[in-house]
Amino acid sequence: MLRLEKRPSPSKMWTALTPLLAVVLTMIAGGIMFAMLGKDPVEAIRIIFWDPLFHEQFAAYSRPQLLVKAGPLILIAIGLSLGFRANIWNIGAEGQYIIGAICGAAVGLAFYPSESFLIFPMMVIVGGLGGWAWAMIPAILRTKFNTNEILVSLLLVYVAEQLLASMSLGLLRNPEGMGFPGSRNFRDFPAAFNQEIIAGSGMHWGVVVAFIAVIFSYVLLSRHMLGFQIRVAGQSPKAARFSGVNPKRMILFCLGTAGGLAGLAGLFEVSGPAGQISIDFNSGYGFTAIIVAFLGRLHPVGILLAGLLMALTYIGGELAQLMLGLPGAAIQAFQGMLLFFLLAVDVLSNFRIKFTRTEAA
Amino acid sequence: MVGQLLSVEGVTKAYPGVVANDTVSFTVAPGEVHALLGENGAGKSTLVKMIYGLVRPDSGKMVWMGDAYEPATPNAARATGVAMVFQHFSLFEALNVAENVALGMEYPPPMGQLAQKIKEVSEAYGLPLDPVRLVGELSAGERQRVEIIRCLLQDPKLLIMDEPTSVLTPQEVEILFTTLRKLSAEGTAILYISHKLEEIRSLCQGATVLRLGKVVGTCDPREKSARELAELMVGQTLHIPIREASELGDVTLELTGLSVASNNPFGTSLKDVSLSLQAGEIVGIGGVAGNGQDELLASLSGESLTTADSVKLKGAAIGHLGPNQRRELGLLTAPEERLGHAAAPDMSLTENAALTGTIRENLARNGFIQWHSAKEFAERIISDFDVRTPGPDNAARSLSGGNLQKFVIGREVLQRPDVLVVNQPTWGVDASAAADIRQSLLDLAAKGAAVICISQDLDELMEISDRFAALNEGRLTPTRPAKGLTVDEIGLMMGGAHDMEVSHVEA
Repeated sequence: MLRLEKRPSPSKMWTALTPLLAVVLTMIAGGIMFAMLGKDPVEAIRIIFWDPLFHEQFAAYSRPQLLVKAGPLILIAIGLSLGFRANIWNIGAEGQYIIGAICGAAVGLAFYPSESFLIFPMMVIVGGLGGWAWAMIPAILRTKFNTNEILVSLLLVYVAEQLLASMSLGLLRNPEGMGFPGSRNFRDFPAAFNQEIIAGSGMHWGVVVAFIAVIFSYVLLSRHMLGFQIRVAGQSPKAARFSGVNPKRMILFCLGTAGGLAGLAGLFEVSGPAGQISIDFNSGYGFTAIIVAFLGRLHPVGILLAGLLMALTYIGGELAQLMLGLPGAAIQAFQGMLLFFLLAVDVLSNFRIKFTRTEAA
Repeated sequence: MVGQLLSVEGVTKAYPGVVANDTVSFTVAPGEVHALLGENGAGKSTLVKMIYGLVRPDSGKMVWMGDAYEPATPNAARATGVAMVFQHFSLFEALNVAENVALGMEYPPPMGQLAQKIKEVSEAYGLPLDPVRLVGELSAGERQRVEIIRCLLQDPKLLIMDEPTSVLTPQEVEILFTTLRKLSAEGTAILYISHKLEEIRSLCQGATVLRLGKVVGTCDPREKSARELAELMVGQTLHIPIREASELGDVTLELTGLSVASNNPFGTSLKDVSLSLQAGEIVGIGGVAGNGQDELLASLSGESLTTADSVKLKGAAIGHLGPNQRRELGLLTAPEERLGHAAAPDMSLTENAALTGTIRENLARNGFIQWHSAKEFAERIISDFDVRTPGPDNAARSLSGGNLQKFVIGREVLQRPDVLVVNQPTWGVDASAAADIRQSLLDLAAKGAAVICISQDLDELMEISDRFAALNEGRLTPTRPAKGLTVDEIGLMMGGAHDMEVSHVEA
């Protein structure tokens, strides 16, 4: 008989190993699923994990995509992880991402066609502020009226989507776009365009900011008083209060930071890879970042790796759809398995498995 | 073994890493009040859980009136005639007494009949209880009566009571003992678990003493002194805290008209609490659990804020300041709940040292925690307070209750407080660790700090405090010198007869 036994201290080794184990299990279960769909499982797994980086034909296109996709995921997940560690559940990063993009883009577009070098920095600031402000809505409702931030932040995503649609059809629509929905394309507006820093690498300013956020978050959590308070608040709210943490300030800080970073991610996306505000501008980064945050165990370095891995499955998934004709839903199920297995094997870091003989009843 | 109700023969139960019971044997005769005596972790609970069918022994056997007894579930145990009153009640606060009793029965009779029966039993055994009152409105003592009556309705032959008096006032304890003696006279055996020696000496006819899972002695507690029993239990000569008479200094902490609403819907609000504390003295605050102890600690630690003037430290109004500002000024606290309030369970001892120590021990510079200093501080606590742990990197939850409590108290004492407030400093702590903790509080006071010790252990309060006050429904009695206070007087203070008690003093 199998039995779980609680470890006196969480195991460091298993905490590091479980994400890898989860990836392996996902490959196995995903392989079985692909085989049942009538595809060669080994080939499918290879296309998803290997070809995007090393395929002689596609890699030139897909390799830079890795950073382009991982950048916003990492940036948003870092912000979310602070809150998640403190038991503050911001599920609405997608909304904050949209609002950041709208606000930042609006500022840029307002100055079209200026060539001032101040435009892009200004867009960045306003983009961050937009996301921050959107996250402040659940934060203030929570601190003033004790509403549930999960529901409020989530519902605000749908509000943000409506705003996005209305903006791309109305206020921000390209006046020279012959009536098509969507704003001016930032590619035609160099002072506001978030271009690649090294051509062909996918590295744009958003990716740089994401890396900086990883470093900041690491220092914050491991060295700074505030990070320590975040960790205590998550583990034991009473102990946190006893040690002098102000729970309201904690909520405002965590939601605000997550919103700000999500807003920045939105701004870098709209002014770079996406190029314009359009009805379908948002592509679910804000939700996928939740998976990335947990896959990375809410640890900055883990999130960095998880973001890259998640981006890989996106690109590889697209490639697999293209080359093997796998349905998109199968790819989504595959990504879902990753989180599922992670949560399942997570038990191992706090428990050990014991084999016991069944007692004769 | 003819004539025995229950005999336990060589029972062993091992858990990973610890043998909870090692070939334990003892017998209980019909009508006997038998004590199981031992420190925390001696294996008393595991033993009674086996008798009650909650845990199965690894080896050994039990015999009930001559037949083999192997209860697989508590239901089987109850069917045999074993009933148990747990230390922690399992009652629904939103239901009334009769409904709560009915929930514990397999085939409850109609409510009216049951209420009638509860009334009869409660009157017969001197445990007055109204079957239609909501449990949420009952005191701890009354709640215990619900549990006892629930057991008595099963007409048990053996009643197991796990630490029943920890939540009772001395008067309530007397009522309980009268009931237990009556039951025993009627032939019901009682297995009584406690570490309160005086109670056992006055109530029990036989005792089995456990230490580290083994039976270390059986005796007739009426023939032993409390000290002999304690030494049997601990296995070493007990070190009794020594106090040195010290000169009292200026008033350091002053509470005036402190009223705080509880954060908890079933908590007790503090009402007009006044108290003044001089440097160098220890004030003991007694009272039955749930009469405002947690709220008093929270309003002193800064977890709940009040009007500035109702809490004054060295003359400065601090009622509106948060925990860290109070720490800076010299008011430190140690709450009752070790894991999850005084310490974060999954964090290392180093991190837990930084939990309250950053300000007074200068563990942070420009907001950055100096982890090496925090580690040194944790190591200092571990060595000065004899905390048994492999090192400061271990998680708080890996420590035993007594060791973690030593760590928590040590963390505050080493920060040289002007005023230290502790709540239940030795709750669930073994006797030698408890003695160490009390000694450290006495030493702290001797060095000129003022100490408030909130506790439900009256012996502890009498041992260390200079003055005594009791909390009752959120009100604090005036303090009285602890020396010469009788158990009756303490009981009255705890029971809330304030005016009576005051006239009694003045007279």
